[in-house]
Amino acid sequence: MNEILAGLLQAGRLIVTFDADLIEISLRSLQVTLTAVAIASAIGLPLGCWLAVRRFRFRRFVIATLNALMGLPPVVVGLIVYLMLSRAGPFGVFGLLFTPTAMIIAQVIILTPLIASIAHQAIRELWAEYHDLLISMNTTRLQRIGTLLWDGRRALLTASLAGFGRGIGEVGAIMIVGGNIDNATRVLTTAISLETGKGNFSLALALGFVLIGLAVLVNLLIHTLSRTEVSGRW
Amino acid sequence: MVTSILPLTVNDAVVRRRGKTLLGPVTTTVSDTGLSIVMGPNGAGKTTLLRLLHGMERVSSGGSLQWQIPEEDARALQAFVFQSPIMMRRTALDNVAYPLTTHGVSKKDARVRAAEWLERVGLADSAQKQATVLSGGERQKLALARALIRKPEILFLDEPCANLDGRATREFESLLKQAHDDGTRVVMSTHDIGQARRLAEDVWFIHHGQILEQTPAAEFFAAPKSSEARAFINGDIVE
Ligand SMILES: Nc1ncnc2c1ncn2[C@@H]1O[C@H](COP(=O)(O)OP(=O)(O)OP(=O)(O)O)[C@@H](O)[C@H]1O
Ligand SMILES: [Mg+2]
Repeated sequence: MNEILAGLLQAGRLIVTFDADLIEISLRSLQVTLTAVAIASAIGLPLGCWLAVRRFRFRRFVIATLNALMGLPPVVVGLIVYLMLSRAGPFGVFGLLFTPTAMIIAQVIILTPLIASIAHQAIRELWAEYHDLLISMNTTRLQRIGTLLWDGRRALLTASLAGFGRGIGEVGAIMIVGGNIDNATRVLTTAISLETGKGNFSLALALGFVLIGLAVLVNLLIHTLSRTEVSGRW
Repeated sequence: MVTSILPLTVNDAVVRRRGKTLLGPVTTTVSDTGLSIVMGPNGAGKTTLLRLLHGMERVSSGGSLQWQIPEEDARALQAFVFQSPIMMRRTALDNVAYPLTTHGVSKKDARVRAAEWLERVGLADSAQKQATVLSGGERQKLALARALIRKPEILFLDEPCANLDGRATREFESLLKQAHDDGTRVVMSTHDIGQARRLAEDVWFIHHGQILEQTPAAEFFAAPKSSEARAFINGDIVE
């Protein structure tokens, strides 16, 4: 009990004094996940929108694949990316294993199906609502997609935020392809795992608080967004 | 106003869904002026007919819809007001401006003209409100402004006053008459016989997917040709 109390106090001290390690690790976490979310959104949002609006032969198949990919265990994604990037693997020559880039690649693979799937769901509903109107108004296909993206922007932002929430707390894949190397690939989740193992609870707890803070912030944002969606402001 | 797309000639047009015939065969001509009211019991095919004329239903093989200009060009000169108005998740002003911006008008000019239209339909105070918070009557007026802003040559309306009270209905009707006086051809469905009497120049009576008659209004209300229409305006239940 005492140990935990001491840990809590120490954690608070680390945070208010902007401890260098804490800041570095938090920033790297943000850098990796934000980059991954940006890339995954750039692929996933238009993909989800496209799937909602276009009818083509393999549409159902693509959606089923997307949903299956969403259920992929991150550890397995990590393993596969590891094999691809390792010396003997097809992309070994780039020497990416155990770099932040490798971690970003793994997270993009995990987050893209999630973001695409949420975007697809949201845009499909909006399209069902707008369909007759946009057809009646003689809009071009490009105009329709543009209109759906713009009027659905809150829902799409929610999709990206959900991706961020999933990415920032993810540990399995990142640990495997990043290796949790000090000053290079150590991020919030892997550091917590390591420090806890070493019995260094104060740093682990401080890192944990930062992580919880970020998660709460993201959920508040999602909540606010879905509220403004209903009341129609913004 | 001289229209370029009317008269519209409809030849043996049939609408089918999953092997079931919903409407037709319809053979008729939509003249280039007038205000026509489409009546008939629930499920008769009023909505389907309006959508067919507007080009939103596929015509089964053998039938045809012939405008005076190519179909793609004719599409741009029509407008449709749906039974439950579709509000885009934007401000009222941007809803009305939307058809202009998708047809090459700059956003700034479109907003100026949209503001004029909101003024005309009595929604000037709601310009910056989100369209989704408007009341039923306000939504219908917004939908009408949005439909008229590009000065369509023909306007279709599907029971636009079904959910409006007396005052809102009267306001809507006067806007509609104004549009008609400005030269827009109007085809509108309604269940409200009083409204039909107030507005109609001619009445199209539909039953079981067939146009039973297209008769000048005075004649229709005095002595309908078909027994079904006679029962309908007498308030009997038409099966
Ligand atoms: N998508 C559809 N699939 C199958 N049947 C349909 C579809 N849409 C309409 N119908 C059928 O077509 C017939 C005509 O429908 P329509 O909506 O045109 O009637 P309506 O005269 O507008 O009726 P109401 O007065 O209730 O609006 C109805 O029997 C209806 O059940
Ligand atoms: Mg109907």
